[in-house]
Amino acid sequence: MTEEKYILRVENIKKAFGTNQVLQGVSVNVRKGETVCFIGPSGTGKSTLLRCINQLTIPDSGKIFLNDEEVTHAGPRINYFRQKIGMVFQNFFLFDHLTAVRNVEIALLKVKKLPPKEAREKALYELRQVGMADWADHYPAELSGGQAQRVSIARALAMDPEIMLFDEPTSALDPELTREVLEVMKKLALQGMTMLVVTHEMGFACSVANKICFMEHGHIKEEGSPAELLNNPEFERCKAFIGEFREYSQ
Amino acid sequence: MDQITFILDVMVPAFESGLLMTLALVAVTAPIGLLIGIGVACGRVYGGKGLSWLMQLYAIFFRGCPLLLLLFILYFGLPSIGIVFTPFVASVLGFIFCNSAYNSEYIRGSIISIKEGQLIAAKALGMTRNQAIINIVLPQALRRSIPGISNEFIYLIKYSSLAYMITVIELTGASKLIATKYFAYNETFFAVALVYLALVTITTFGASALEKKFAIPG
Ligand SMILES: Nc1ncnc2c1ncn2[C@@H]1O[C@H](COP(=O)(O)OP(=O)(O)OP(=O)(O)O)[C@@H](O)[C@H]1O
Ligand SMILES: [Mg+2]
Repeated sequence: MTEEKYILRVENIKKAFGTNQVLQGVSVNVRKGETVCFIGPSGTGKSTLLRCINQLTIPDSGKIFLNDEEVTHAGPRINYFRQKIGMVFQNFFLFDHLTAVRNVEIALLKVKKLPPKEAREKALYELRQVGMADWADHYPAELSGGQAQRVSIARALAMDPEIMLFDEPTSALDPELTREVLEVMKKLALQGMTMLVVTHEMGFACSVANKICFMEHGHIKEEGSPAELLNNPEFERCKAFIGEFREYSQ
Repeated sequence: MDQITFILDVMVPAFESGLLMTLALVAVTAPIGLLIGIGVACGRVYGGKGLSWLMQLYAIFFRGCPLLLLLFILYFGLPSIGIVFTPFVASVLGFIFCNSAYNSEYIRGSIISIKEGQLIAAKALGMTRNQAIINIVLPQALRRSIPGISNEFIYLIKYSSLAYMITVIELTGASKLIATKYFAYNETFFAVALVYLALVTITTFGASALEKKFAIPG
């Protein structure tokens, strides 16, 4: 069907909550190793789109494929796909009753059924990758927002996902902490991880993204490389939206 | 018979066997009541319409039915339709119904107080709903339920005396027997009250130790 090899194909996804048509037919294709950023005003369905990809929200229609395997209508096999699709949330959602290292290893133990020793080694390795090894025995409430977010990235990476979804990973953080999280994400992108990132960080989007999608009212209104989109947006709303961010960042 | 001999030769042995019976009632009831309470709470929160409704009915019925009446039905009533329990089993059954119904309310409240994000994050890692509930939600919810559950445990210690009404000679029953026999109501009942007070005090300290042990740092 497709000539090019895409790791992720999102085909005409629609989703309504009651009468609120949040996604009005969104399609997007992602190649292995690409970073795609989603920007756009609040309430246009960016989070809903990410949640549809790992079926935390079930779309009304449309199809999603990971490596040409259908993720939509997967039934119980969805738990297999969710291991392949890591997700990072705006509010971290670390497990409050578990230390950092237990947060990372719990799914290795319960989902991947690794032996305890192996799970612990893997968890510590992932914490090292995000610079959080020294905090392994601390509880989420003892971590700063930036540290908590880095642990949650380690938790997702521990499952060896093929793609990572980030839903405004830095929106709850102040600029200093934002930087430490974006650095981890940048490193990840350079290592070849395939990433879909909802963000308001235009600096990150411009320097890391292969493609930026501007979303509005449940559509992708504009998409292209950062250069194409930022320097020469034909679409008025997109221009205005990016303009606002330019003003803020100055 | 002087006071000392009464206490040593009559009261202590009677209290000892009564106390053992009370502890047996509590020890059998509490763990089962907790497990059923967890099950009922989960059924109410996570079950489908039917199950959720059924579990709510369970909680309403056994919280609403006076415990003594429940014991009478189990012990005196059911034999007429061919179901016969020993006094001990009838008591424990009644206590389990009551204890689990109240526990289910505490636990249900704790479960719905856990932020939805915990379950979402667990699912996003590939956990099934049951894995997420067992490994992520319940450990947090049960921690929050410790005060309620231990409160219920304290009630259980005290209402276990109702077993006496269906001929289980537990602590209160044992004291009643010797009080009547030796015509020593005041000293006997006062002494037995102290024993209950000691049990409840130990439980209270135990519960707060448990709360501390399981408190989440930070
Ligand atoms: N579970 C839900 N039930 C009902 N409505 C929902 C639900 N989730 C999202 N919505 C609605 O869908 C719309 C899009 O929400 P979504 O979170 O996808 O937007 P967003 O682009 O991520 O916005 P933001 O930038 O504020 O995060 C909003 O109007 C929101 O109220
Ligand atoms: Mg959002």
